[in-house]
Parts: sequence; C-alpha cells; structure tokens
Amino acid sequence: MPSRSETLASKLTARFGERLRSLPAVAGDVACEVKSDQLLSVCRELRDDAEFKFEQLMDLSGVDYLDYGREEWSTYGSTATGFSRGVNRARTIVTEPRPGRFAVSYQLLSVTHNWRLRLRCFAIDGEPPLIDSVNDIWASANWYERETFDLYGILFQGHPDLRRILTDYGFIGHPFRKDFPLIGNVEVKYDTAKGRVVYQPVSIEPRTLVPRVIREDNRYDQGLKDVPVGAQVESGSRG
Amino acid sequence: MAEIRNFTLNFGPQHPAAHGVLRLVLEMDGEVIQKADPHVGLLHRGTEKLAESKPFNQSIGYMDRLDYVSMMCNEHAYVMAIEKLLGITPPLRAQYIRVMFDEITRILNHLMWLGAHGLDIGAMTVFLYAFREREDLMDCYEAVSGTRMHATYYRPGGVYRDLPDSMPRYQASKWRTQKDVDRLNENRSGTMLDFIQDFTERFPACVDEYETLLTDNRIWKQRTVNIGVVTPERALQLGFSGPMIRGSGIAWDLRKKQPYDVYDRMDFDIPVGVNGDCYDRYLVRVEEMRQSNRIVRQCVDWLKQNPGPVMTSDHKISAPKREEMKDDMESLIHHFKLFTEGYCVPEGEAYAAVEAPKGEFGIYLVSDGANKPYRLKCRAPGFPHLASLEEMTKGHLLADVVAVIGTQDIVFGEIDR
Repeated sequence: MPSRSETLASKLTARFGERLRSLPAVAGDVACEVKSDQLLSVCRELRDDAEFKFEQLMDLSGVDYLDYGREEWSTYGSTATGFSRGVNRARTIVTEPRPGRFAVSYQLLSVTHNWRLRLRCFAIDGEPPLIDSVNDIWASANWYERETFDLYGILFQGHPDLRRILTDYGFIGHPFRKDFPLIGNVEVKYDTAKGRVVYQPVSIEPRTLVPRVIREDNRYDQGLKDVPVGAQVESGSRG
Repeated sequence: MAEIRNFTLNFGPQHPAAHGVLRLVLEMDGEVIQKADPHVGLLHRGTEKLAESKPFNQSIGYMDRLDYVSMMCNEHAYVMAIEKLLGITPPLRAQYIRVMFDEITRILNHLMWLGAHGLDIGAMTVFLYAFREREDLMDCYEAVSGTRMHATYYRPGGVYRDLPDSMPRYQASKWRTQKDVDRLNENRSGTMLDFIQDFTERFPACVDEYETLLTDNRIWKQRTVNIGVVTPERALQLGFSGPMIRGSGIAWDLRKKQPYDVYDRMDFDIPVGVNGDCYDRYLVRVEEMRQSNRIVRQCVDWLKQNPGPVMTSDHKISAPKREEMKDDMESLIHHFKLFTEGYCVPEGEAYAAVEAPKGEFGIYLVSDGANKPYRLKCRAPGFPHLASLEEMTKGHLLADVVAVIGTQDIVFGEIDR
C-alpha cells in the first residue's frame, strides 16, 4: 500500500502533470516546484479542487540561493594542497541579477485531507526580483509576503500593502540576502553633542568562529545503512 | 456644526496590555475602531540569519528565546527538523521526556496566558494563582536543565541528559522559618518524577480554582463573549492554528492529526469551541491545561518504569561520554570534531511542525550539506494571528482590542524573531 505522501504525489502528477515538477524530499514530505507564470493558477486549483483542498497557507519564506553549496573552508583537496587559511572576510555586494537566485517556498496544509505540500517557485530574475502575490488566494499571505519583501527584496505583484514589517523605519537594504553582512552596515549611538541618537558606519570587525564546511559524506545514505535507525541505542549519555 | 474626524491613536510600544513591544496605530471613530495597523519588528533580532552563521547545535538556545513562554516546544520543532534531515530517531525514553516537557510547557504557557489575559481585562487574583503553579513547573525546568526558562535541553537525537534523581529544596532563611520550609519541601523529597506526579495530582483542583474565578464571572463574560468572533472559514483563510482555530470549531491538533514522538500512545481529548469568540478560546485553553495534565501523568507513569538511554549513541551526532574519552581515541576525535566543527547535515529541505501552546510552530530548514543551516525559517503561530488583528477588532470598542490581543496569546519573541 502506498504511503500517504506517495498517494498525494501521484495525485499531483495525475492532476498537474508538467505544471508541477516534483522535488526530492525527506521521507514523509512532498515538495514540488512551479513556474512563476503558473503560480497563481496552480495555487488556486490546489485550494479549490475537492481532491486537494489546501485551505491553509501555513508559511511562506524566501530563500536566497546565492551561496548554495559554497564553503568557507575547503577540506576536500586538503591532502594534496594543504588546508586553506581561515575565512575570507571581504564580501562584495552582488548587484547584477543572477538567474535562479531567489525562490519563495510555500508550506500548504489541507485540513480536510490532512496533507502537507511544499511549493517552491523561483522569482523572475531582475533587480528587484518579481513574483505574483498569493494574497487573494490565502489571506495569511499578506504579512508573510511583507516579511519576505522586507528581508529579501522580492516584490510581490498584486500585494495590496507591500511595506517593510520587521526592520526599522527607514532601514536600507534587505538583511537576509546572503551578501548582506551579518554585522549589518550601520550602528546607532547616542551623540552627546547633538543630543540625539545618530547612525554611523558599523565599527565591529566581522568574525567567523566556526567556518562553514561541506564534507563528502554517505553516512546518511539510507541505502548504505545496515542497521535500522533508532535500533542501535544501548547507552545513555550523561556527558 | 463642528467638524468630526477620525482620531488616530498610538497604542504602545510601551503599554502593559500590548504584551511586549507592539506598536498599534488605531484609527478611531469615537470609541469604535475603524482601522488597526500593528507595527511589529521592535524585537527583531535576526534569529534566522544568526542561525545561518552557526553550527546546528549552537542555535538550539536561540529557539528558547523565540517564544519565551513556551521554550521547549520551540526547541522541539528545531531538533525535529534536523532529525528529519539526518534520518535519525531518538530513543523511546527521550521521546517520552520530550512529550512530558512539551506538555509541562503547555501548562506553563497557558498559565502565563491566563494570568496576563485576566490582568488585562480586570481580574487581578487569577494572575497570582497562576504564578503559584508556574513556580513549581519552573523548578522542574531548573532541575532538568539548570535554567528556569531558556533550557536548551533538547538535542538532535534525544535530550541533553536524563531526569535528575532529586529536586532542589527550599532552605530556611530570615524570611522563611524551618517549619515553612519543611512544609514546602514535603513533595520535593523524592525524585523529580515524584514531584511531577504530585503536581499532576493537585493541579486539577487548581484549574477548578481558576474557573471559579472566571468561567461564570459576569464581568469576565461581558468582556469576552461575542468579542473577536472568527468563523471557521476565515480561521482557515487567515492561517490560524492551535487554540485559535479550535476556538472557531475546527478540531485540528497536530498531536492527534500528525502525531510526532510518542503522542500517538497518549490518551487525551481535543477541546473545540463553538462560537469562535474570546470566551470560547478561554474555555479551550483551560480544558487544554487539564488534558496536558493527563498526558504528563501518563508520561510520568511510563518513565518511572522504563529506564534507558536518552540520547542516540551515534557519536557523529552526539558527544561521547566523558569517561570514554579518557582512554578511547575515537571518542576523543568525535568529541573534538563535534565541538569545533559540529556535524554536517545532508543536503535537502525539511519542514517540521509541532503543536506549540500557541499553535503550529514550524521550522523550515534548507541544508546544502554543510555544518550550518543554509536557511532557517521559523513559522511562528503568533504571526498570522496578529496579522488578523484588524479584522478581529474592526467595529469593536477600544477596550476590546486589549481582550483580542490577550486572546491571541501574543508573544513578540516569536513574531519578530
């Protein structure tokens, strides 16, 4: 008997065919990708079709794929060349649009059928990146899209009130983009001479305590495991 | 004739009924709300961005600080998302401990909510009552993790350590006589599980006490009945979850519908409201406290009988024992690698959601195979709830805004992140 997620996946393929591309997902999750020009029609069908009934948009989040798979400290060829020295602190702001940089992920929930579906849609490249707003389909998208616009600078076409939501009044930039530094660009301090709080360029040094490394690892490959997970527990840990 | 115009009122960000740092710009026609525009973000700390710069385990502590009234539930969603990507299952005893502490957290959260909500709309005593019981549960947090709030107790693969054999005790002082101390320490003489068992036995009577103060109270009902009504259709549209959607009459609870850990072994009921107003949501939450108490009791009974490991023995993910490190080189290497670099999580995306006290708390995790998350997104239940504030308060009086904020159980740690 197919599992619940397999049933959903096959129903989606039967109904949408080419319009939804299935994405690899961990066990139990169903994830699909939709093209930005078909986003609204697919979403509307997903909500209204009695077979799917995704009444709820639980979450909407942007993803910036600029640094995907990039490591700060290379370990792969270290036997031949030696390890690299620490993390490069300099980071340039990327201004020209990169294809396939920004995506939006939608977490849909069907209360009727008890299904979850994750939709991913890449924004139309450009500065700013563009995508259609699903606010008319799910009212909960209103604030989520404002948040994604604020943090990633993705413009949602058709959104009724696209204002910043989480950052400060008058904030410049989109802080969750990968080329936005973690320490920020400005800091505030109280200026005794002027008698008010002033902005100034940030004075702390960027630091990386633990470099980001990617290790070739087939330990989690389910096919290579010989012991079922959870079965090999024998001793407690009181470190 | 004098010109009549709407009045714009700034509510917060420093207002006791704003539950933290909510700035609410209200457009009023006399006492009636025409428009409500919540300005959030005053507590934005960039948790998700910070998590991208740290190994996976170092962000567990940030999760406590999101919804700082239901700490361990947030951790639970985060470790579940990592476990999903790693493909590991924690030992059974760890799952029971997690479920027990999730429910203790739920009681903690609802007590805080009940006290604060009561205080906001004119009931002083219930706040003092609620904090009396919160104190005992906070002591459990302290006994198990060392801190009263920000526990950082859950880990991918289990929990940090097993339950302690003793409870901290009161000591006599200038303000407490030995006689008082002996009375207070009576239920603290045994193990922590004995203490929790004692709590589950006396807690239903405490809930009865709160209910005598509120449930049939005329003032309480005048302030909550038919205030902030949400229909089931709108509740779905607005992305509601938790007591907010159940108050509107939809029997949706992740603990029943998509059970995680050992919730499928628990016997409990889901309370559902009828009218979708503030009063129904109050009743739902009070009943949830009773049901959580039942779950805690079932966990205590199981945990007393079934000792065992509380952490996975896969030392690529969990640190080896201190003693092993002393004479086993591999353990030393594992320890060194885990604490300098952390573990790499296989490439992929996962969404893990738990039924937090306020609703669905979800973690969307994108990993590119590194030792740090590539993208972490916290789905905070309060975010869509607060987004619907305008819809819920339009046409109500100014005083009802306070009742609606209270019933939404707003905490800014999770909304602003």
